[in-house]
Amino acid sequence: MGCSNGRFGEFGGQYVPETLMSEICRLEEAYLRLRGDPSFQAELSALLDSYAGRPSRLYFAEKMTRDLGGAKVYLKREDLNHTGSHKINNVLGQALLAKRMGKKRLIAETGAGQHGVATATAAALMGMECDIFMGREDTERQALNVYRMRLLGARVHSVTGGTMVLKDAVNEAMREWTRRVDDTHYVIGTVMGPHPFPTMVRDFQSVIGREAREQILKAEGSLPKAAIACVGGGSNAIGLFSAFLGDEGVRLIGCEAAGRGLDTGMHAATLSKGEVGVFHGMKSYFNQDGGGQIAQVYSISAGLDYPGVGPEHAFLRDMGRAEYVAVTDEQAVSAFEYIARTEGIVAAIESSHAIAHAMEAAPMYDREDSIVVCVSGRGDKDVAAIARHRGEDVRE
Amino acid sequence: MSKIAEAFGSGKALICFVTGGDPDLETTEELVAAMAGAGAAIVEIGVPFSDPVAEGPVIQGANARALASGTTLDALFATVRRIRARTGVPIAFLTYLNPVFRYGYGEFFAECERSGVDGIIVPDAPLEEQGEFKHIARAHGVDVISLIAPTSGDRVERIAREADGFVYMVSSLGVTGVRDGMPPRVGEAVAEIRRFTEAPVAIGFGIGTPGQAAEAASIADGAIVGSAIVEIVARLGRGSVGEVGRLVGEMKKAIDEAGAGGPR
Repeated sequence: MGCSNGRFGEFGGQYVPETLMSEICRLEEAYLRLRGDPSFQAELSALLDSYAGRPSRLYFAEKMTRDLGGAKVYLKREDLNHTGSHKINNVLGQALLAKRMGKKRLIAETGAGQHGVATATAAALMGMECDIFMGREDTERQALNVYRMRLLGARVHSVTGGTMVLKDAVNEAMREWTRRVDDTHYVIGTVMGPHPFPTMVRDFQSVIGREAREQILKAEGSLPKAAIACVGGGSNAIGLFSAFLGDEGVRLIGCEAAGRGLDTGMHAATLSKGEVGVFHGMKSYFNQDGGGQIAQVYSISAGLDYPGVGPEHAFLRDMGRAEYVAVTDEQAVSAFEYIARTEGIVAAIESSHAIAHAMEAAPMYDREDSIVVCVSGRGDKDVAAIARHRGEDVRE
Repeated sequence: MSKIAEAFGSGKALICFVTGGDPDLETTEELVAAMAGAGAAIVEIGVPFSDPVAEGPVIQGANARALASGTTLDALFATVRRIRARTGVPIAFLTYLNPVFRYGYGEFFAECERSGVDGIIVPDAPLEEQGEFKHIARAHGVDVISLIAPTSGDRVERIAREADGFVYMVSSLGVTGVRDGMPPRVGEAVAEIRRFTEAPVAIGFGIGTPGQAAEAASIADGAIVGSAIVEIVARLGRGSVGEVGRLVGEMKKAIDEAGAGGPR
């Protein structure tokens, strides 16, 4: 008893079934202990360095900068990490923590498959069992990632309940955790869920911001005017933002998925269109109807296709420290194509939402200014889907 | 003593669950009346939710059917008013927190009091998160019934001490659904809870047969039956009332015959 419930203002909390309460309190205890444990931090740093390939580069996108005609655009290259996205930062941290807690099995939800692949990778590395829950619609959209997870030794469970996408995968992973909590750790993939997850995942992702801040200061001698990242649950964004929270001159801009448009009802723009509610263990903003039923959301990007957002983002928005914009499918696809042609980088469709906003924002600044954009993942997984979106019959 | 706690006064209690609006609210009304008539001491009505994370497949399906039939909280309150014209059986809503939060705590509990809802069970609001609404519930005479799980450990004492109505003891890990048998050490768990509270203890999760209901009621003060009833509703829909009444009657009979009758 007596674990704190981890609030960001009114947001956050621990709204989970009683069956999980003792476990998340134990998790918080273990996390707080290990956060200050030099041997844990050293082990994690060594893994991030030698296995995940950190630090990730901060790349000056010179052609893009010239073409857009404004602030210098710097790209934080999380796409170059092992497994191809920022997800590995969090997963290695949680897997190591789980191992220290004596857990034998990792479970996780996944939307696009990147978090599932990262979790399966960490499980393989650390010799742990692994079960991944993925909505049936996503297992079909991302068939290659399903095989990749199996190749890594994970069992992939196709979730047929509800709307068969990311939120349903979270539901099923939570149910599985209540079935078998003793030897199992649930590796939540973003800054959502009950405390301590939003805090813990932010801390594991804060390496993005710490590196970026140091790198931009070294390159430019000054802080950027803006830090821009895509937001589904919001882990790469909070990781980037965390280092700049105290730097008042740095605008923090999160890019949500506007799907087919904010007025179509076919979007996943939680902070733009959602209302405060309680779901998946936390109080935050959710896309929902007037009766409190969670809405079906849509985005071309499976990784942003989530009806909620991390509680710290809700807090940062309401206190006015961070701002959130909505980017449509069409804008994101154009940005996906633009950065490929301009810089030779195939970015994830999720990250392309941030790039799309950067394309609009850069010209509004002076040439001496800089902005940092997080390329949270690589886009190989999206190539076939984007080709189909453009009317070409490409199969994986 | 609350109406819910009083329901344990006349012997071991059979507590029956049905999802409100599955397949429609007229059927819910008939089911509640039939269950009360067949010996249910308390009826739980599930408020349908899009994402019931503590439920197994049977009750998940019921939630989906109830939402498809357009069930809302206002319509459920109206149904409770109609039920109140027919039976005084204590009624508890089993609801996820978000529909209540969106309705507004003040308005929700006032409406519970007006329509005759005696308690609520919120599977995603553990003790620590009940603070934001428990005082409002109490002001309207609505019991907030807490759950205790096999994993509750040193949390048992505080939950039990603060119990309203009765303690809902979750017999096994995982989500709702019928199981083959009662897990071992359930008796010890009940004894542990009783060290800290005078409130009655009822066992839920996994009870599907009259024999299991009798066993649970002999260990504790009552047995909670959900998925076994909902499974009949899933199969027979509007025509399920007779068979649900029969199952409830058989369970009640088994509980009484186990010699478990009489107040504790």
